[in-house]
Amino acid sequence: MQDLIVQRPEGLYCPPGDFYIDPWRAVERAVITHAHADHARGGHGHYLAAAPAEGVLRSRLGQGIALQAVQYGEVVTHNGVTVSLHPAGHVLGSAQVRLQHGGQTWVASGDYKVAPDATCAPFEAVRCDVFITESTFGLPIYRWRADSEVFAEINAWWAANAAAGRASVLMCYSFGKAQRILSGVDASIAPIVVHSAIQTLNTAYRSAGVQLPDTKLVSEVADPADFKRALVLCPPSAAVGPWVKRFGDFSDAFASGWMQLRGARRRGGYDKGFVLSDHADWPGLMSAIGATGANRVIVTHGSIPVMVRYLTEQGLQAESFQTEYGDDAAEEKATGNSLLSDGAAA
Amino acid sequence: MKHFAALFTELDSTTSTNAKVAALQQYFQAATPADAAWAVYFLSGGKPRQVVKTALLRSLACEAAGIEDWLFDECYQAVGDLAETIAYVLPLDFEASDVGLAVWIEERLLPLRGLGEEEIAQRIKSYWRELDARGRFLLIKLVGGGFRVGVSRLLVQRALAAHSGLDAKRIAQRMMGYVDAKVMPTAEKFQALIAQPENGAADVMDAGQPYPFFLAHQLDAPLHDFDTKLGPVSDWQVEWKYDGIRGQIVKRAGQVWIWSRGEELVTERFPEIVALAVGLPDGTVLDGEIMVWADGAPAAFALLQQRIGRKTLGKKILQDAPVTFMAYDLIEVAGEDIRAQPQEARRVQLEQLLAATDFKLSPVEKLTSWAGFAFLRKESRDRGVEGFMLKALSSAYGTGRQKRGQSPNSPSATLGSDPIFSWWKWKIEPMTIDCVLIYAQAGHGRRASLYTDYTFAVWNRQPVDAQEAAAVVRAIEKREPAREGGLQLTAFAKAYSGLTDEEFKMIDSVIRKTTLEKFGPVRSVKPTMVFELGFEGINLSPRHKSGIAVRFPRMLRIRSDKPLNEANTLSDLKMLLKQ
Repeated sequence: MQDLIVQRPEGLYCPPGDFYIDPWRAVERAVITHAHADHARGGHGHYLAAAPAEGVLRSRLGQGIALQAVQYGEVVTHNGVTVSLHPAGHVLGSAQVRLQHGGQTWVASGDYKVAPDATCAPFEAVRCDVFITESTFGLPIYRWRADSEVFAEINAWWAANAAAGRASVLMCYSFGKAQRILSGVDASIAPIVVHSAIQTLNTAYRSAGVQLPDTKLVSEVADPADFKRALVLCPPSAAVGPWVKRFGDFSDAFASGWMQLRGARRRGGYDKGFVLSDHADWPGLMSAIGATGANRVIVTHGSIPVMVRYLTEQGLQAESFQTEYGDDAAEEKATGNSLLSDGAAA
Repeated sequence: MKHFAALFTELDSTTSTNAKVAALQQYFQAATPADAAWAVYFLSGGKPRQVVKTALLRSLACEAAGIEDWLFDECYQAVGDLAETIAYVLPLDFEASDVGLAVWIEERLLPLRGLGEEEIAQRIKSYWRELDARGRFLLIKLVGGGFRVGVSRLLVQRALAAHSGLDAKRIAQRMMGYVDAKVMPTAEKFQALIAQPENGAADVMDAGQPYPFFLAHQLDAPLHDFDTKLGPVSDWQVEWKYDGIRGQIVKRAGQVWIWSRGEELVTERFPEIVALAVGLPDGTVLDGEIMVWADGAPAAFALLQQRIGRKTLGKKILQDAPVTFMAYDLIEVAGEDIRAQPQEARRVQLEQLLAATDFKLSPVEKLTSWAGFAFLRKESRDRGVEGFMLKALSSAYGTGRQKRGQSPNSPSATLGSDPIFSWWKWKIEPMTIDCVLIYAQAGHGRRASLYTDYTFAVWNRQPVDAQEAAAVVRAIEKREPAREGGLQLTAFAKAYSGLTDEEFKMIDSVIRKTTLEKFGPVRSVKPTMVFELGFEGINLSPRHKSGIAVRFPRMLRIRSDKPLNEANTLSDLKMLLKQ
């Protein structure tokens, strides 16, 4: 039987359907799992993505892209392959791609997390024969605590800084992580200031119906005293430039799954590291894989050899695809453009 | 444990000294004296001996996490710390308990020693269920004997001083010996640390307590700046800088104590020095260098190292590595602390005191110009010393190596007048060699999962040209064994310090791109990078493949300007042996 998804230099390819999933080179037809820069690249002829992703995709790749936006669960047929998108719980509009053809069902999950997130639809377990999984945090050392505990830590840090007359600069990815933090923190502590790269995405989230607390750009803060107690969200690239200097003596922190490790925290030199990830932890990966009922699993970006060996030991047929995902630098660049414009405006 | 874990997290998550001191002070205020006693012990570098074998902890963790050994290894490679790895692989659920640090240590952890494996396993597993990941991490560090945290003893002393309202120097003096592994901290000992002077400070002084060592700063100024920075040569006492172990001899109440700079009581290791010191009058404290002396000259540090490694001192080692004490300062006379007296006055008394003894007295070199000293300094290697020590004649004996005000090496600084900067080490330039990076290993702690520990090689002979060197690299890439008698790279040293974080990041990415093979945590890389390596000494060593061993190797810079074939050779290294 022919594989429904294979690896090509351009990206993951569906031979019977003649389209790609999250290709990293320009192709005619691309199904996009989500709008992070390493998965959604420009230059493709046609795009297919989940409806909630439309706003962010267009704002990043251009309003004029040829995009077909479908509802979660809506079925589209292309060259005889049945395609449907299902929530991946990663960021707003993130989707797993389900393909059905010739009696086989394949699911390519893109990036996903199984824990709840107020800013996007929850991960849906989709039964399939072959499951393509990410492995960003594919080691048993990664076990996320409940969000509520992490938000309590962030609130405590922010409140203590505000009381001491110090800004709380929290670095995070502009798309997804920032909005999840906003939805979880206690906005009554003090004003929240965000970098323009984040504000652009906040707007997209709000227009998709996601509730977020009030956020201000630096230029919109009327009382400079607010800078001394604000929670400031910005991408990591902004925290080393002149943009952050205006906050004077601030405390800095980084929110990421990588902050789980003491070495990473200390290497970063931040005052605090909050362990908050939009990817599944080890138990999450295992439960997601289990719930698909797939007996063949293909592992992509992250801890590939470890996951393949472990899944094989669990009696599954495990393989891997080499992809060009998981490149934080690409995501940084996607926010970097707006960074410049913010610097000019401020 | 909960409070101590919270304190640890606070200390570990901030780089601000003030925040650390504040967190410590807060802890001391809230903790019981018994808990605080242990906290001070651990935070100032006290290391209890291992009570549970690492291998057992590891296998228990695998069992509890339901993972195989290989997977644990993968985790360990990513984390770079065993205790942290164990803490994270364990399932998250726990039921927090309120057991204090002292009870944890004294009633739970120390009694594990000597129990059967079965029983230890039972107890450890039940302890894990009482702790969150932070608590587990600490527990494993404590029972595994590997506790280390980024607080300097000085900070603990500052916090205790703030907590008690006492002078930090007094606390420092009382804390000497506090972390000695043979003595358990107790509530009483903690209270003695912070007791007001009228309540028994004299008791503390009566024991064999040494003084905090006065440490020298490194002098980096160029010679032509010496006159403006240090002032006239006649203001300074100049001695050779010895490469031994800094030590203090305390003679009080008919007894001798020998302390090393690590505040370790090492009396029993050096019976020769005890024999010398029993003759000193009571109430005497000498500062100097513990060193092996052979044929009328200092022996290589390696010999002293062998001696330190021995638990029991047989006749042979006493004969092969006879130890002596090179005295260079006197800080207590007739029970009186004379640290405030000028260097010059202390020196006179030192000479008088030792005149009729067999102690070695560090000679004072007298010359009339800095240039003269610079010339004499060239003899350092032949004399088996590391350069000069410069001590301001008018200076008191200070405490530690605190930094205050301007940087000592800043262009505008004048030195010697400030008592803090009155001791200088003027070391000889390190020996250097240009060598090639061939293996890399990820670092630990802050550098976990970053390749920062490198193995370096030199050519076995001079390559004829760049082509010949390139051919060797190609052969290595193809995993071809080295041809007998042919050109090859010979590993000779490992180093992991001397570069900036930025440089390490850059090299890390090159290593990842040029990896040839992985052997566990070690990667072999395609030889492409030349480094200038510095080291303090070099000796023949039959235990090393290259036949030589270098002392304190570190990277001085990346030589991106040097082609591979211009790296040094084994015979260049051997030339250094003769220096």
